[in-house]
Amino acid sequence: MTATSANGSALRRRTSELLRIATAGSVDDGKSTLIGRLLHDSKSILEDQLEHVQQTSERRGDGYLNLALLTDGLRAEREQGITIDVAYRYFQTPRRKFIIADTPGHEQYTRNMVTGASTADLSIVLVDARKGVSEQTRRHAFISSLLRIPHVVVCVNKMDLVGYDEDVFYTILEEMTDWAARLQIPDMTFIPISALNGDNVVERSDAMQWYGAAPLLYHLEHVVIAPDRNLNDVRFPVQWVIRPMSDEHHDYRGYAGQVAGGVLRPGSEVVVLPGGQRTTVAAIDSYSGELESAFPTMSVALRLSDEIDISRGDMIVEAEDQPVTARELEAMVCWMSDQPLQARGKYTIKHTTRSARAIVEEVEHRVDINTLDHVPASQLGLNEIGRVRLRCSAPLVVDAYARNRATGSFILIDESTNDTVAAGMVISAQ
Amino acid sequence: MNPFHYELSHLETLEAESIHIFREVAAEFERPVLLFSGGKDSIILLRLAEKAFRPGKFPFPIMHVDTGHNFPEVIEFRDRLVAEVGERLIVANVQDSIDKGRVVEETGPRASRNRLQTTTLLDAIEEHGFDAAFGGARRDEERARAKERMFSFRDDFGQWDPKRQRPELWSLFNARIRKGEHVRVFPISNWTELDVWQYIATEGLEVPSIYFSHPRQVFKRDGMLYAHNDFIQLIDGEAPFEESVRYRTVGDMTCTGAVRSRANTLEEVVAEIAATRITERGETRADDRVTEAAMEDRKREGYF
Repeated sequence: MTATSANGSALRRRTSELLRIATAGSVDDGKSTLIGRLLHDSKSILEDQLEHVQQTSERRGDGYLNLALLTDGLRAEREQGITIDVAYRYFQTPRRKFIIADTPGHEQYTRNMVTGASTADLSIVLVDARKGVSEQTRRHAFISSLLRIPHVVVCVNKMDLVGYDEDVFYTILEEMTDWAARLQIPDMTFIPISALNGDNVVERSDAMQWYGAAPLLYHLEHVVIAPDRNLNDVRFPVQWVIRPMSDEHHDYRGYAGQVAGGVLRPGSEVVVLPGGQRTTVAAIDSYSGELESAFPTMSVALRLSDEIDISRGDMIVEAEDQPVTARELEAMVCWMSDQPLQARGKYTIKHTTRSARAIVEEVEHRVDINTLDHVPASQLGLNEIGRVRLRCSAPLVVDAYARNRATGSFILIDESTNDTVAAGMVISAQ
Repeated sequence: MNPFHYELSHLETLEAESIHIFREVAAEFERPVLLFSGGKDSIILLRLAEKAFRPGKFPFPIMHVDTGHNFPEVIEFRDRLVAEVGERLIVANVQDSIDKGRVVEETGPRASRNRLQTTTLLDAIEEHGFDAAFGGARRDEERARAKERMFSFRDDFGQWDPKRQRPELWSLFNARIRKGEHVRVFPISNWTELDVWQYIATEGLEVPSIYFSHPRQVFKRDGMLYAHNDFIQLIDGEAPFEESVRYRTVGDMTCTGAVRSRANTLEEVVAEIAATRITERGETRADDRVTEAAMEDRKREGYF
């Protein structure tokens, strides 16, 4: 019996969206317990995984079902009871599929947190109800804002340990709201929870009747993310040119890539940057045939009406509202290497599908994550975040990161070690 | 513009991400290769490669590391599928590694060539000068894989070092390596077992017949049902019997267990997966049962 499903119609109706979540937190604030609780209560943990957690909890003498063990995968992590890297977890409900990028929250793991946050639609920031807003809480909120995660959920955890007290929750809410007024967080939601007992995680808490809004999972299933993408400005970085040169497709030339912004249609007037040639979209090809439109984050191939010399690294954009073609960038960077970033340092910059060399003209300041103050600095150390000015060996086609996360982001690569040493977000370019 | 008119389902989003990865690798590496086992995950890789590069040819060959202990149904399926897609297949045989003295065959009733594959794979990568190898591993499969990058850097011994992984930001992949090093690329890292089956159903992909319920002579060992076959010696007390089974994973016959199942169609398989309470590797893979960190240890050596 082989499977050629002419009968997949019931499956095709499953059109749940994907929500990418970033979480960060330390050993003590209950983040792993919260994730374990989400997976457990949404029945995404399978019996053999649970059995493994039970056995390991008993062997370690934890005295309770240590759901944190679900997420700690590597030998060193289980031995030391720590999380050292970004771990990805998956679960789904009938409404949505979720990917959790789970990162440790200590200062030395800022780079992991930035990594997890870079693709997230939503971040979950944990506050220990007993301790209130901590340095870590502020760091997570700041990184969520810096990486332009559109939705932040502040979970005030361990409410069971403060007698489910309404005042404790609202004090934290006010303090956090005041502090976050200086950040760019368009949607911040507060939920009082007990990850350990499951209050307001999947089920509404009986112990906190005073909290009128939805529990966490309901919020994750319903938060509206469709308008978060930039559908106004057409951005299509060319990744690969499909030129079969076979008898059948002798003259075929398709520009393959992933749509980074806007909606493309056959007939759309476009400009190819950095060259500046104008043409129109003749057709949008996919494996299953021509498409009526292409929008983020579809991977397609474009055919154009005119023969233009286009290669990887070029960007097809709309004629109105073009990005900036520039060699000088002002950017925020998160530094990820033991070797500090210094003025005059030279790196490889990778931006969309284009690479060039970049020299650091100036480190302008460092950001103190606690106070959000700009601190004068001449270099950036590991896990530090600051503003720099870069000059590139070739023009890049960029948007401000605030306008488009795909065309406003870049990485820096150390040319001697080949390590990725920085995550960068464009502020402006000229 | 109404943003709700321009939404992708979760499978469409995952597919687009995977195609992007295929094209990045083709553009940035000199000699990629697609590792193909005939299992469901690598069948999806083949379809995604078609989506990334058609109407052009694949800018890389396909390679199968054949232990010689594979299910005959899978080998037959492999040859047919590769012929259909019209791309080049390289077969790297574990038997050749044994004959050349590169590895020593395990003996006894629990002998398996699963671990020997690593040497065959690394030798083939070196022989052909491959600098990137696509694999079908998924992060939902196993704890160590949950922490592995999509571009998983390997040193010139083929080793994975979980502490030296490069951060992966946005969809900007760092493809720079030195000579002798290579990268394992996992385009379906973010897919789950259920996603894989749903995609097989929506795409109408053919999979080997052993994924569906069939009668088979099996015997019980360590709580799993193994196919009675020429490559496993029975231990005293083990007696083959016929059972209606299917496979959730397709590996070597010596380390892959079957599950009791009556699922005959894709719909029934999807329903079974959606309702299952045990992970696919937990249920059917002996190679992960050796120790708590069995997969991590094998990956450090250069395993898939």
